[in-house]
Amino acid sequence: MASVSMTVNGKSVSGDVAPNTLLVDFLRENLRLTGTHVGCDTSQCGACVIHVNGKSVKACTMLAVQAEGADVTTIEGLANGDQLHPMQEAFREHHGLQCGFCTPGMVMSAVDLANTIDNPDEKTIRHWLEGNICRCTGYHNIVKAIEAGSKAMQAGKQAAD
Amino acid sequence: MSSFEYHRPTSVADAVAALGGGDEATVVAGGMTLLPTIKQRLADPSDLVDLSGVGEMKGISEEGGAIVIGAMTTHGEVASNPVVQAKIPALASLAGNIGDPQVRNRGTIGGSVANNDPAACYPAGLMAMNATVHTNKRAIPVDDFFTGMFETALEEGELVTKVSVPVPDKAAYIKFPQPASRYALVGVAVAQTGGAARVAVTGAGQDGVFRVADAEAALSGSFSPDALDGVSVDADGLNSDLHGSAAYRASLVMTLAKRAVAAANG
Repeated sequence: MASVSMTVNGKSVSGDVAPNTLLVDFLRENLRLTGTHVGCDTSQCGACVIHVNGKSVKACTMLAVQAEGADVTTIEGLANGDQLHPMQEAFREHHGLQCGFCTPGMVMSAVDLANTIDNPDEKTIRHWLEGNICRCTGYHNIVKAIEAGSKAMQAGKQAAD
Repeated sequence: MSSFEYHRPTSVADAVAALGGGDEATVVAGGMTLLPTIKQRLADPSDLVDLSGVGEMKGISEEGGAIVIGAMTTHGEVASNPVVQAKIPALASLAGNIGDPQVRNRGTIGGSVANNDPAACYPAGLMAMNATVHTNKRAIPVDDFFTGMFETALEEGELVTKVSVPVPDKAAYIKFPQPASRYALVGVAVAQTGGAARVAVTGAGQDGVFRVADAEAALSGSFSPDALDGVSVDADGLNSDLHGSAAYRASLVMTLAKRAVAAANG
């Protein structure tokens, strides 16, 4: 067993894990943060996307021990109390989901996109989503939601400046 | 996932020492290939030596007409680096189209070249740009480094530490992605430096990345798409699978080579 410590959604956490424990399993099993989903477990579907040190990664393709000392954000860490994050709100408003299984990964990927590229257009969004699969094939509204969510995040940044 | 010991050294020397410690020890860079491979039980290492803590393997600098990229630099870092974007935009573009954003945030140039996946993008780009792979033991010209499918010149205990890419006059890389996996069904990189052209192909060869001598000769005379009219590659030795026959891949190589030259000429 190895001991591991990291910050998850602003809180310091630690635990004893086997070295082969995936980060997604540490989040779901040890911390009971089950918003991060396991879709394919083969690094293809993106349902497990979280942020590690501000960048989106697939939590099924990273070991818990590799996140030692890292700042981790999961879907549970986005909202501010009862107030949804602007990207979550945009997914709700534009109905950017069908069954909802891929949604946590879609939202986390989208937030990284909006943080990386200001006001991404449809082509940019679709290219960015190469690592996120929606097997309901509901991409149209997801793309619309991300376009709106990115604008809302941009407006929020400008208001803060 | 089978069990292993995990090590996170902070220097190349400690990493090499840790590698020597296990029966089946292996290094993990970004882990974008290795971790899925372990999960599928196609690899069963006794020890995993994580290079992410090795500071001397990180970073991008410009040294004497070349861009030097630390082995643990991610594809995302190469794609967004202002020096790479200014000096070798083709390399920034290549890195920015590997896999997907999440792969680019973890996957590294050192891991990609050491793995030498026959459909990876970096081997073609680096071969066209005549790069040099530096290890903890020596400097290896790229033509000697990639030796076959998933095979390189790396020896036991030898780690890629950095890759040095001479700045070409012009270069471009065009990938024709397999529609489902997004790996290169065929990818072609072209580069021109001082009038000499190099053309390298990924995704098509049974032995991995390869150069196309006839195309290079034609482009060294005139670096234009038209110069490639009449030039062909032999379908013998090319991959043939349900995604495309060898003849289809041979045709794609020349089509993409022309597009790459056009893109390089801007």
